[in-house]
Amino acid sequence: MTLLGQFALWAAFLIGLWSAGLAFLTRWQDRPELAAAVQRSAYAICIALLVAAFALWKGIFAHDFNIEYVASYTSRNLPEYYLVSAFWAGQKGSLLFWAVVLGIFGSLAQALTSSRFRDLLPYVAGITNLIVVFFIAVMLFGEHANPFERLSFTPPDGNGLNPQLQNPGMVVHPPMLYLGYISLTIPFAFAIAAMLARKLDAGWIIAMRKWAIMSWIFLSVGITIGMWWAYLELGWGGVWGWDPVENASFHPWLTLTAFLHSVMIQEKRGMLKRWNMTLVIGTFLLSIFGTFITRSGVIASVHSFTQSSVGYFFLAFLMVTAIVSFTLLYTRWDSLKPEAELESMVSRESAFLFNNLALVGIAFSVLWGTLFPIISEAVRGTKITVGPPFFNRVNIPLGLFLLFLTGVGPLIAWRKASVRNLQRQFIVPVAAGLVTFGVLFAMGLRGFYPLMSLGLAGFVLGTVAQEFWRGVRARMSMYGEHIFAALSRLVSRNRRRYGGYIVHVGIVAYFVAFVGLAFQEKVSVQMVPGQTEVVRSPYGHDIAFTYMGTSQYQSLNRLVSAATLQVTRDGKRLDDIVSEKRQHVDSFGRPTFEPSTEVGLHSDLREDIYVVYAGSPDGTERAQFSLIINPLVNWFWIGGVILVLGGVLAMWPGGPQIKTKRRAPVAQAGYGVPLREGAVKG
Amino acid sequence: MKPSTKFALGAIVIVGSVTLLISEGIKQTGTYFLTPTELVERSTADPTLHDVGVKVSAKVVKGSIERDGPAQRIDFTVSDGANSFPVTYVGMVPDTFTDENDIEVVVEGKFGRDGIFHATDVIAKCGSRYEAEWEEQGTQT
Repeated sequence: MTLLGQFALWAAFLIGLWSAGLAFLTRWQDRPELAAAVQRSAYAICIALLVAAFALWKGIFAHDFNIEYVASYTSRNLPEYYLVSAFWAGQKGSLLFWAVVLGIFGSLAQALTSSRFRDLLPYVAGITNLIVVFFIAVMLFGEHANPFERLSFTPPDGNGLNPQLQNPGMVVHPPMLYLGYISLTIPFAFAIAAMLARKLDAGWIIAMRKWAIMSWIFLSVGITIGMWWAYLELGWGGVWGWDPVENASFHPWLTLTAFLHSVMIQEKRGMLKRWNMTLVIGTFLLSIFGTFITRSGVIASVHSFTQSSVGYFFLAFLMVTAIVSFTLLYTRWDSLKPEAELESMVSRESAFLFNNLALVGIAFSVLWGTLFPIISEAVRGTKITVGPPFFNRVNIPLGLFLLFLTGVGPLIAWRKASVRNLQRQFIVPVAAGLVTFGVLFAMGLRGFYPLMSLGLAGFVLGTVAQEFWRGVRARMSMYGEHIFAALSRLVSRNRRRYGGYIVHVGIVAYFVAFVGLAFQEKVSVQMVPGQTEVVRSPYGHDIAFTYMGTSQYQSLNRLVSAATLQVTRDGKRLDDIVSEKRQHVDSFGRPTFEPSTEVGLHSDLREDIYVVYAGSPDGTERAQFSLIINPLVNWFWIGGVILVLGGVLAMWPGGPQIKTKRRAPVAQAGYGVPLREGAVKG
Repeated sequence: MKPSTKFALGAIVIVGSVTLLISEGIKQTGTYFLTPTELVERSTADPTLHDVGVKVSAKVVKGSIERDGPAQRIDFTVSDGANSFPVTYVGMVPDTFTDENDIEVVVEGKFGRDGIFHATDVIAKCGSRYEAEWEEQGTQT
């Protein structure tokens, strides 16, 4: 099987080199058969890589421990679904995963993009193939990077998967982030292709827009599931620690968010072409940069990835890509002149511009903080690190400014807003914000940042509600539609717009949850069975924990000691909470890895009661616990779901708006809506 | 004033505040990140280093962990091969914190004039020792 895998990798590698040569060195523009060959090579690479993936999976499921990768990350007693995730649990496998998925995305980009863009597609194929070639080269020529490497002996059993990765969140989190990173390649490829082909109208943006939204959804889901995993598995009661590896996933998310907004200005007004090009290139570079810092170990992180020379492949790739892309941008600078100028400070354009500045400012500050140990060492000779206090200080004000703009953006008119427009639009949302602020203040909430955040959250929700209501009301009076019919038609005819608003609601939920976390109550106690400890929740309830004792038992691949606590809130009994200490063992009963902790949780919309059993400090029945009350944490996960729904709605294919462009007016008749409607609402 | 000039002014305000927030943030919250040798040398040269928070990355000396259960206190020694010093910490440590496998830790706190490092935070990094085991025994492709 490893032979097949090796062979497939080499095949994909050679096809990639050949097709890239064809795309960049020949004049395929005059020879349609060459162009078609370049495009087809994307499918060939994809098939070769799928064969390689099949070979690795086959080895994993056959427990072929002679393969070093299989011996390192799986064992005979590992549950089957973790065998699937073992594919990307280690560095070697994740490189292959990356290459395979990029192969698939590259093929999809060829298959799904309209033939209107045939001038771009061979370039796109050449670029994606070249990037696939890079990943294969890392596997073939990097130090300990080949997933098909064999051992000189066959161990009787493998190491098994790190217990912290044996969690459903960890099955989904890395591939989601990878999918986000990988799909960023497609917008990048279209941007470079547009510059190479000198087709710098809005065409390339229309061709890759949905890919950008899709990357954004994957990144958001990946980041949120990562938060969920950190919350449940690391036992510190938080969701985000500003660790370099976490930050690495946040950078491209921020610049991509900026791009999704500024691209609207280019579509509507033909402005910001250079800026959008820079954002796409920058986002792609940041995703590679993230991979570089996680793989190279240049920055100390609690995430321990295998650190090897592989990181330096990424550094070289990063530099070459940056130089090539920005040189290309420089040579096309004049062709990317804006078609219009900013007409007023009070306009949607300028709100979006400020939104872009704030997002890029946040990205820059996070990047600066992440890199500061290296920068300070280079400049001053001393390594200085910054932690969560730095990131919070810088990002809370910027985040609130951004939240403010989230409410403002949709309300201001394009080009130039009149005073009447402002009055008409702002009264309701501003009132919603003030009422939220007032009610919370009256209820006893104090603190500048929490009150500001929630007040602005009310303002944004007011904006979104008003937008939906006005659209629905207009349809009801214009076409006499029922309220629900009006709502569903409104949304389905303007998916990107209303999908975007729903995403804003999801973002508001994240802000609410972050405010909740600021009120976390945390105590560390030791208890003997029968003892009760009381923690006062931030809402003023008394939460009593009674330690009932610890039971020990053996499960499939682990020894478990489980501590049970009886919990009451103001005397009212809640479900018992169980927190476990687990020692994983191999199939011979020998311990593998250090013990791990399973958090005990009682969760509702108001607060999470979070218990960590830290074992017995002195070998007696006295046990140590962290008891944590986390208000509003569930709103992260709710926000995540809303965000995905909004994102999927925004990129949902089809829709009458597009059909009006392509088909004869007759096609519209079936909807019973006059043709002009799409144009008015759009 | 032209709208683009007005916008440029707004942009300068934003970029300026980002810069200010970053530089102030680093000034107020930045911590030295040192090796044991650097810490020992620097604090001898400049005793005020004893009064500021520092972070030290080092290895836990094998067999040096002493736990005082009821007080939740943990004492251990860290080293980088050349220099070592004792660390004392009150609180919970992660599961990966042991003194068996030469694990690497990052301790944050103050290096007291008594020569003891009073940690406010201990972060353990688990080495990928299982993988290393295979590599030592040799691989072939």
